[in-house]
Amino acid sequence: MGAKDVHIVRTTTWSAGPGCHGGCGVLAHIRDGKLVKLEGDPDHPWNQGRLCARALAMTQYVEHPERLRRPVKRVGKRGEGRWEEISWDEAYDLVEKKMKAIREEFGPESVIFSMGTGRDIGPWICMLAYAFGSPNVMFALSGNACYTPRFAALDTVQGEYSVFDAGQWLPDRYEDPRFEVPACMIVWGYNIPATCPDNLFGHWIIDLMKRGTKIISIDPRLSWFASRAKYWLRLRPGTDAALAMGFLNVIVNEDLYDHGFLEKWTNAAHLIRGDTGKLLRESDLGEGGSGENFVAWDDAANQAAVWDAEQVEYKAPDVKPALSGDCEVTLADGDMVVCHTVWDAFRAEVGKYSLDKVEKITGVQAGDIAQATRFYASSKPASIHWGVPIDMTPAVTPLCQAIASLWALTGNLDVPGGNVFSRFAFDAVAYALPGAEGVIKLKNKEQDKPRIGADRYGPFNKFIWRCQTDLALEQIFTGEPYPIKGLWIQTCNLLGGIGLDPKRWREALKKLDLVVAVDLFMNSTTQYADIVLPAASFLEKDGVRSWWVPLQSINKAITVDECRPDVEINFELARRFDPDFKWKTIRELFDDIIKPSGLTFEELQQKGWAFPPEGHPSCPYRRHEKGLLRADKKPGFQTPTGRFELYSTLREDWGLEPLPHHEEPPLTPVSRPDLAKDYPLILSTGRRSPAFFHAEHRMIPWLREIDPDPVVEIHPDTAAEHGIGNGEWVWVENWMGRVKFKAKVTLVVPTWMVMAAHGWWFPEKPGAEPTLYGVWESNVNQLIPMNAQGKDGLGAPIKHLLCKIYKVGRKEE
Amino acid sequence: MARKPEYGLLIDYEYCTGCYTCQVACAQEYQWPAGIGGIQVLEVVQRLPNDRAYLAYLPFPTELCILCAPRTKKGLEPACVKHCMAGCMKYGRLEDLSKELGNKPRMVLWSPR
Repeated sequence: MGAKDVHIVRTTTWSAGPGCHGGCGVLAHIRDGKLVKLEGDPDHPWNQGRLCARALAMTQYVEHPERLRRPVKRVGKRGEGRWEEISWDEAYDLVEKKMKAIREEFGPESVIFSMGTGRDIGPWICMLAYAFGSPNVMFALSGNACYTPRFAALDTVQGEYSVFDAGQWLPDRYEDPRFEVPACMIVWGYNIPATCPDNLFGHWIIDLMKRGTKIISIDPRLSWFASRAKYWLRLRPGTDAALAMGFLNVIVNEDLYDHGFLEKWTNAAHLIRGDTGKLLRESDLGEGGSGENFVAWDDAANQAAVWDAEQVEYKAPDVKPALSGDCEVTLADGDMVVCHTVWDAFRAEVGKYSLDKVEKITGVQAGDIAQATRFYASSKPASIHWGVPIDMTPAVTPLCQAIASLWALTGNLDVPGGNVFSRFAFDAVAYALPGAEGVIKLKNKEQDKPRIGADRYGPFNKFIWRCQTDLALEQIFTGEPYPIKGLWIQTCNLLGGIGLDPKRWREALKKLDLVVAVDLFMNSTTQYADIVLPAASFLEKDGVRSWWVPLQSINKAITVDECRPDVEINFELARRFDPDFKWKTIRELFDDIIKPSGLTFEELQQKGWAFPPEGHPSCPYRRHEKGLLRADKKPGFQTPTGRFELYSTLREDWGLEPLPHHEEPPLTPVSRPDLAKDYPLILSTGRRSPAFFHAEHRMIPWLREIDPDPVVEIHPDTAAEHGIGNGEWVWVENWMGRVKFKAKVTLVVPTWMVMAAHGWWFPEKPGAEPTLYGVWESNVNQLIPMNAQGKDGLGAPIKHLLCKIYKVGRKEE
Repeated sequence: MARKPEYGLLIDYEYCTGCYTCQVACAQEYQWPAGIGGIQVLEVVQRLPNDRAYLAYLPFPTELCILCAPRTKKGLEPACVKHCMAGCMKYGRLEDLSKELGNKPRMVLWSPR
């Protein structure tokens, strides 16, 4: 039993296992083919030897007695919980036969491929769907409200996504001379101790704080950051955009913005027609003018000057574009039209948000907003990190526009220590993502046509290559414009985790002809499947990861029974569905994905990880100045104007408000005072637990011990008012239903809000109907409606609903 | 059994985020069943004047903490210290750590059983 019997496999966390968005280097200690220990890899630049509770619990995960180990097929009715083990060959044959039959009769688009949070699954589920011929890949959250909206919004205004800089792009990290520690960081709705979402290592922010970064925390809860912040702005949930507009108001009116960036890199000087309220285009000025070129007023020549968006410059030399002031421009038909600049329109919009007004909307004192804004704007560099609460509101895009304008106008975009463009390492992209095209794609545009929601929502035709989830669910019921007959669900717990209004999702599952689920454990969703396939954890597979830098390999360390990696399962079926399937082996597929790096998969495995060199578009900084962002290598951004867009051309094209602004969400005390009479408390959901990734890990003893019960946080005064003691069970109720939670009486929430944990089910309870692992007991999603997405199909009201609370047993109906 | 303590754990609770890594790292190292282990994270919500509060976490070594003698003998850090996500735990000689205690506020020095 000595150490010499143990061999160590160096690999990368991602997906099933810790459940997070991955990136940590780990050393898997293996003895006799079994995992005996997992440790952080001290040489890995991402986590530098550290590791989270969920990864450290992997020995309890991989060999868990309840782990699904063989394919099973349903032998009873759906939900009855009666299964028969079958071989992989039989499982593949069965799935192939049934899915081909649906394809034959109803067309490939009548099968939806459903995934949960974006991990090492997106590429493979797309690969399978596309080989089958269906464009309907579904991220199953209402309003696609996790990350996709933020991606799409930033692609809209700045052509790329960006994140806070912790030197993660540089092998020597904080020690690299190119990196700078931000003097200030705004942490906007993000709870660091827990779960590392969004392809970031949360504790990087702690590293920065130790190096001097001061925090502004924007959060209705007293988070860990709020406790340690220089400024804590406790806003009412759902009013983030008003707060961001307040910040912009201070920055604009107190002249705290970066004039150089504004003039050189934004579309501030472009003209807006006074008559239509739309951007003046070259095509307005005369025959042959392009509708994709824009117009500014040249103060030097005292005439209109055309901005050539393709060349990313003015057509005339030495233009001195006016940033402000009305001007008269002659149109093609000889009419004169008065125009104003984007900058004037932006300032007018921002001007609507006086701090007194913002205080009324958000509940944050005007003086605190002013001080925090001045601190952010005067700190160089400064960065902003935002969490998923940004996505979880229907007017997510205008909110993102406001926040992006903050980092742009303060000159913090793609500077060291600021908000830095997050390109995929070496531009190695596996599949179609917002702003990127991967090697895995549909055969042709024709196949993409029936994608659900693509005909209705602009961003779904420009950046987002999934179906719009709310419409997809409705289509299962209506069968319009075409029937949905099959659902492939892969590592996605519709009923216990990601689905809002989960009973409606159950009705949908019952309606379908075929449901196939792939997962690591049975759960309430798999109970409604016809076939369930056992998936592998990250330790049981090979893989590649380019989110973002460095490029990493995942290296198989163990095999658990008949569990198979998602990529293997989908590869086998994809081959069966598509006679022209592009790759012969998975190795070939990996090689193809990472080809831009110049490495083969085998070479990458040997290296473990690889950083793109200086001068590569996926290596910072100031890439817009160096011509590293655009395909044509011209300086600028990948937007319709080539500039950071304070006023969004695409939003105008989509018939949506082009400027950032605040919209009151649909189900708050302000928008629905009628409902608030019966349900006076704000219900917020989804605060993270370090022990769980969403609905996962409830069956892992070391983790469950940390967070044993579904908890609702209640302020001591509110609890006293309702006669609720700490640890007592309470009902949280609104017009959609009620769910049971254990009261955690704590000062971290304000008196007017309760915070209910999400993703709760009880693997220890029976799986068959009616119990379904207790999924209806404490799943807070039962109180959140579907179909409340924003005007662009994105966002959902997950952080700001209404409820009442009362003790269980006191007032049972 | 009186033994003069020589080694200890220095905790910077300003930076402890309550990630519970130390608890699970210890459980993994010694294969403790759930609910038992060499270190326990405490959450302390401190009420402050003017409706303010301070959220703090503190890793508390239990009666089972042996300061990872099997690891430290090999020159390794204790499992909790090695994996601490916030890097807020330090193992060393009490004499050295007690000097470090004066370097910044919000620290505790543990000398476990």
